[in-house]
Amino acid sequence: MISIWFFVGISLVVNGALILAAGIYQWIDPPANATVVLSYLHAGVWWGALLLLVGIFYCFRFAPKR
Amino acid sequence: MTLLLAGAVPIRLVHLSAVDVAIIAFYFVLVLSIGWYLKNRANTGEDFFMAGREMTAWVAGLSFLSANLGALELMGWAGSAYQYGILATHWYWIGAIPAMLFLALVMMPFYYISKTHSVPGYLKLRFGEPSRALSAISFAFMTVLMSGVNMFAMAKVMQIVLGWDINFSIWVSSLTVAIYVTLGGLRSAIFNEVLQFVLIWSGALLVPILGLYEAGGWTNLKNLIGERASAQYVHLWAGLGSFSANPMGIHWTGIVFGLGAIISMGYWTTDFLVVQRILAAKDIRSAELAPIIGAGFKMMVPFIVILPGLLGLAVLPEKLVPESMAAVTGAHSYNDVLPLMFARYLGPGLLGLGITALIAGFMSGMAGNVSAFTTVWTYDIYRPLINSNGSDHHYVNMGRWTTLIGVLISIGTAYLVMQFASIMDYVQALFSFFIAPLFGTVVLGMLWKRATGPGGFWGLLCGTLCSIGMWAWVKVDPTALRYVALSPHAKGLAQDMYQALWSFLVCVSVTVAVSLATKPTADGDLSGLVYGLTEVPAVGEVPLYQRPIFWAAIVTVVFFVLNIVFW
Repeated sequence: MISIWFFVGISLVVNGALILAAGIYQWIDPPANATVVLSYLHAGVWWGALLLLVGIFYCFRFAPKR
Repeated sequence: MTLLLAGAVPIRLVHLSAVDVAIIAFYFVLVLSIGWYLKNRANTGEDFFMAGREMTAWVAGLSFLSANLGALELMGWAGSAYQYGILATHWYWIGAIPAMLFLALVMMPFYYISKTHSVPGYLKLRFGEPSRALSAISFAFMTVLMSGVNMFAMAKVMQIVLGWDINFSIWVSSLTVAIYVTLGGLRSAIFNEVLQFVLIWSGALLVPILGLYEAGGWTNLKNLIGERASAQYVHLWAGLGSFSANPMGIHWTGIVFGLGAIISMGYWTTDFLVVQRILAAKDIRSAELAPIIGAGFKMMVPFIVILPGLLGLAVLPEKLVPESMAAVTGAHSYNDVLPLMFARYLGPGLLGLGITALIAGFMSGMAGNVSAFTTVWTYDIYRPLINSNGSDHHYVNMGRWTTLIGVLISIGTAYLVMQFASIMDYVQALFSFFIAPLFGTVVLGMLWKRATGPGGFWGLLCGTLCSIGMWAWVKVDPTALRYVALSPHAKGLAQDMYQALWSFLVCVSVTVAVSLATKPTADGDLSGLVYGLTEVPAVGEVPLYQRPIFWAAIVTVVFFVLNIVFW
C-alpha cells in the first residue's frame, strides 16, 4: 500500500512549486499597490522552496517502489 | 464558538489570486484521490470501522490531534487570544496535555486489550447494555448535530473571509468528506487527517514567524501588548488568584480542577471522535505512544493559534470588537483576527495555502465526526438494538450508508441553524452535558472493580441530568452563575468549568453509592476491563527511547517548563 507520507510529499511538492513560482514572479514584477506587510522579505520564495525540498524528500523516501 | 451569525456581512477580508485558487483546487483533488485509492481496502468491518488496526504511532497520533484541530478551533482560539490574552493557552496545555498522557498510560491499555470498537462498546463490556445505549444514543445524536453546526459556521466564515456562497461551501465540503469516508472508511479519514495536519502547519506557521519579526521579538511583543491592552494579557497564571484580576473572569481552581481535571479528561479520554483514532493503532506500544505524540504537537499548537491572536493585539492598526458589536457597526470582530493576519503577511500562493489550512481543518473535524458517528451507530445502536444477525458485509454496507445519511443530516442541521441561529447555542451546550459524567463513569469502571452495572448507569444518568439542570438554571436566571461558579465575579467561561466539576462529582457519588448498594460483579467477568484484575501487556523489549513512559516524561517536563516560563 502507498504510504500516507508519499501523499504528503506530493502535496508539499505541488504547493511548494506553486508558491515558489508565485513568489519569484512577485519578486521580479512587484505589484504597484502591494498590501502585504514585510513583502520585501519575499517569504513566498523561501517558504515555497522549503516546502518543495521537503516534499521531494518525502516523495523519494516513501516512493511506492521502495 | 458562536460566531459570525448576525445578519450584517462586512466586505470580504481577503481576495484570492489564480495561484491561490489552484492550491485550494489541488487540495480537493488530492483528498478525493486518496479516498478513491483506498476504496478497495475497506471491505471488512475491521477495515472500514477500525482502519484494519494497523496504524503506526505517528499516523494514529497525528490523526488523533488533527480530528480536534478544526478551523473553527483555530479561528475561535486565535480570537480568544486577542480577547483574553495568553490565558487562552490553558485550553492547549493544562486543558489537554495531562489528559492525553493519562489516556496513553492509564486508560489506553484497557481500551486496547478489550478490543472494543468504541467507548460505548467499553461501557457495554464493563457496565452492560443500558449504559452503552445511553452513551451511544446521546453521542450519535449530538455528534451529527455538532457536525452540522460546525458546517454552517464554517460556511459563514468562508462567506465573510472569501465572499463564497454559503450553499456552495456547505455542499462542496460536506460531499467531499462524504465521498472519501464512504469509499475508504476510517483509513481514508485517518490518511486525510494526517495530510490535513501537515497542511495546517505549513499554511499557518509563517504568520507567527513574520509577526514576531515585525513586532521585534517576544520581549517587544509583550511591551506592545502592555501598552495597547494590559500586562496581564501575557501571564498564564499570575492573574488567576482571583476572578476579577484577569480578563477571563476565572479562578485558578476552575482552570485546574474544572478544565484540567474534568473537562479535558472527559474530552480527550472518552470522546470517541478522538479515541477512535488511537484504537486503530497496530499494537499496544503504538496505542500508548500515539496520544503522547499528539501531546507533543498539541503543546506547539499555541504557536500557530494563540500567538497570531496576541500579535493581532500588538500590530493590527484597528481595534477588533465583540461579535455583537461587529454585527451592528460592520467592524471586524475578535474571530476575524486569524484571517486578518493571513491577509497582512501572506502574498499570492501563501494565502491560498493558509486558506487551504482552514478548509482542511474543517474537513478533518467533519470526517472525524462522521466516521465516529458511523461506527457508534452501526456497532452500538444498529447491531445490538435493531439487527444483531447481520453478516460482516451487511454491517460494512450499513456503515457506508450511515456515512452518507450522517452527512445529509448534518447538512439539514446546517440549514436549520441558518434559519434559527439560537439552535447553535443549544446544540453546543448539549454536547458539553455528556462529557464530564461520561469520564466519571469510564474512569471508575477502569480503576474501581467494585463499580457495578446499575451504579455505572445511574451515575451517568444523574451526572448528565445535573449538568443539564445547572445549565438550565443559569439560562433562566443568569445571576445563578454566582452559585454554580462560587463567585459573584465569575464570567461565562467559568460556568463550563464548574458545571463540569459538579456533574462529575455527582456522577462519581451516585456511582459509588449505587454500586455499594448492589451486588458486586464477579472478578472473572472483569478481566481485561479493570485495573488490578487485568494483566497489562508489556510494550516489549525495546530501548528506553522507544518506550511510551520515556516520552511521556519528556512531555511532562516540557509542559511544566512552558507553564513556568509564561507564568
